[in-house]
Amino acid sequence: MHNLLSIEQLDRDQIERLMDQAARFAEVSDREIKKVPTLRGRLVVNLFYEASTRTRSSFELAAKRLSADVLNFAASGSSVEKGESLKDTIATLGSYEPDALVIRSPHVGAAALVSTWTGVSVINAGDGTHEHPTQALLDVFTLTRRIGRLDGKSIWIVGDVLHSRVARSNILAFTKLGARVTVCGPPTLIPPGIDALGCEVRYDLRDLGGADVIYALRMQNERMREDYVPSVHEYVSCYQINAGRLASHQVLMHPGPVNRGVELSSDVADSPQALITAQVQAGVVVRMAVLYMVLAGARGPAGGATAAGTASATAQLA
Amino acid sequence: MRRLFSAPTPPATILIRGARLLDPRSGVDREGDLLVRAGVIAEIGETGSLEAPADAESVDGSGRHVFAGFVDPHVHLRVPGQEHKEDLHTGTRAAAAGGYCAVVGMPNTDPVVDSTAILGSLRDAALREARVPVGFMAAISPGLAGHGLTEMVELREAGAIGFTDDGRPVVSAGLLRRALQYQRLCGGVLALHEEDPSLSGAGAMHEGAVSALLGIAGIPSVSESTMVARDAALAGHEGGRVHMQHLSAIESVRAVEAAKAAGVAVTAEASPHHLTLIDEDVRGLDTRLKMNPPLRTEVDRTALIEAIRTGVIDCIATDHAPHAREDKDVPFEQAAMGTTGLETAFAALYTHLVLPGLLDLATLVERLAAGALVVDLPVPAISVGEPANLCLVDLAAEWQVGEAGYESRSENCCFAGRQLRGRVLMTLAAGGVAYRERAFAIGVA
Repeated sequence: MHNLLSIEQLDRDQIERLMDQAARFAEVSDREIKKVPTLRGRLVVNLFYEASTRTRSSFELAAKRLSADVLNFAASGSSVEKGESLKDTIATLGSYEPDALVIRSPHVGAAALVSTWTGVSVINAGDGTHEHPTQALLDVFTLTRRIGRLDGKSIWIVGDVLHSRVARSNILAFTKLGARVTVCGPPTLIPPGIDALGCEVRYDLRDLGGADVIYALRMQNERMREDYVPSVHEYVSCYQINAGRLASHQVLMHPGPVNRGVELSSDVADSPQALITAQVQAGVVVRMAVLYMVLAGARGPAGGATAAGTASATAQLA
Repeated sequence: MRRLFSAPTPPATILIRGARLLDPRSGVDREGDLLVRAGVIAEIGETGSLEAPADAESVDGSGRHVFAGFVDPHVHLRVPGQEHKEDLHTGTRAAAAGGYCAVVGMPNTDPVVDSTAILGSLRDAALREARVPVGFMAAISPGLAGHGLTEMVELREAGAIGFTDDGRPVVSAGLLRRALQYQRLCGGVLALHEEDPSLSGAGAMHEGAVSALLGIAGIPSVSESTMVARDAALAGHEGGRVHMQHLSAIESVRAVEAAKAAGVAVTAEASPHHLTLIDEDVRGLDTRLKMNPPLRTEVDRTALIEAIRTGVIDCIATDHAPHAREDKDVPFEQAAMGTTGLETAFAALYTHLVLPGLLDLATLVERLAAGALVVDLPVPAISVGEPANLCLVDLAAEWQVGEAGYESRSENCCFAGRQLRGRVLMTLAAGGVAYRERAFAIGVA
């Protein structure tokens, strides 16, 4: 695996091997010295075109735990604001001879496009409303640690599916692992044709009780302004996960940050059924596993291939 | 009133020997010799029956086809203002290389063709630079802003073929109604880019399973078809004449069919890319496949082909839309909309429609020339006494559409990398030789 561009590109076996690797790193995280020398001398560049707190910091921490060097490059305050194109930025960063490029972009397909311009390993940290594969991997990791294998489990993803890269990646990841996925939200926020991803579509929470897992999505205030839903009040009354809707046998997930009082009530967000904190914790070890899978064995620290146009050897899977 | 303009070219005297002559509109489908003398089709006869005049070039047509030249009622020549993408010379060279003997440029330039001054400068430039005759559409609304009408009468008197806000819809039904009323005074077709922006929004591809998978905002088919139905109703109400540009959806085809059945003076076009490619092809997010209207589904494509076959869609138009590399070398959602098309139209359609048996060759070449009718231009004909507007094509020639090396100044061709059959060897436009394929040798008799 040279790049991680999407969950779509992964098969069940690859996802499970990533989970196994993450589990090994989780053991390291329990030790007093949490750092391993695996990627010493490697350079990981974080290129973030969108604001991000947890994804970026967990990628940074993951790289550092693996002893890699990290260069953070944010679009604001950089040459990007002066009008530099993505292609030129990639060429510029390539001159530092990075080993991996972690990219977050507001545009669909940006990570895949970048991978056609560079031989450096590219990791998609979110491309517009398309995919957020490491989020789905950390969600799978968190969930399987709590409830075991996902085969036959019923998972409801509730909220703004239309604008959610998390939803798309999770539908694909959960179904690849044998779960039955239902997406549910206002008809205005469920994209036509989403069932082609292998999920069922519902517009109300009537049958939510049959779910083993409820995955609530973030409801952004700007969606109200765009007339997708008439009001926060109505969204809350139809779709908020609260104590009345969360059954005791269910677990609750959310990609964060939570809008308390909108998609989740505070009591369920803080309940022991909520895996939200565990998801954040899993972010570091899963991203360590991803960095390890795309980089370990790809080439030695002294390899020094230039970024532009040089395809490095495919990484050996651990 | 002259409405086509091109640089002077010496009238050709050429004998094409033993080619298959195909012009269904004139009832011509035979093998034979065709003599062009001083730019005019002088004689047609049995193979070997015609003698080349002393000053004539002689062309071996055996195993090759001669078609009436193609006419494209919808191209973007980018002049004035975006000459780094295309100009009248490169655009008409691309047209000639595709077998076209006339093209009609759209007014969504910078500045917009909304005054006689700009139209006049275009006309003058065409008289210097255009390799094949070019006509120009003028805008319906000044600046394509959708408010008020351009000086349609004066623009027509200055040579405007018709009117369009192409690139944008005429959002206001009231404004289109006024334009239809004014059409009674000035004539000229109203060509309409049909799209309801409140439905298409920030969409970048067809709304369906593929856009759902990719997470790209979709452009639903109804954003086109509702406007087709609305504007056909307006045209019917005012007794006006409209031309529906680049139909992409089955619902739009049905709307045009219904309007025609109701007697509305409506014509329609489809583009080579909508007839050959679908949204599934966009999965790889190749920005050359981003266009407006977007590539839709196989159901839509099949309906478009059937409509071309039956004549519900009157003609094929490329919507040739050149863009600079930096406009396409970006993420899909940021990329400019449009594909070049003039140089690949025939080969793409022959390869993907005629060879698999979806459309017969005669219908294809008829629809490639029929664009002339919808914009009131004479239709090229293989007929004695007609000016030589024709192309010589080798149907057996196989070629790969390159990443570069076009006659057009731009490289954003949606067929790049594809293996196509059918190569234009020579084009005669308005009596002169407008194009010869580089490798194609012409002997002098």
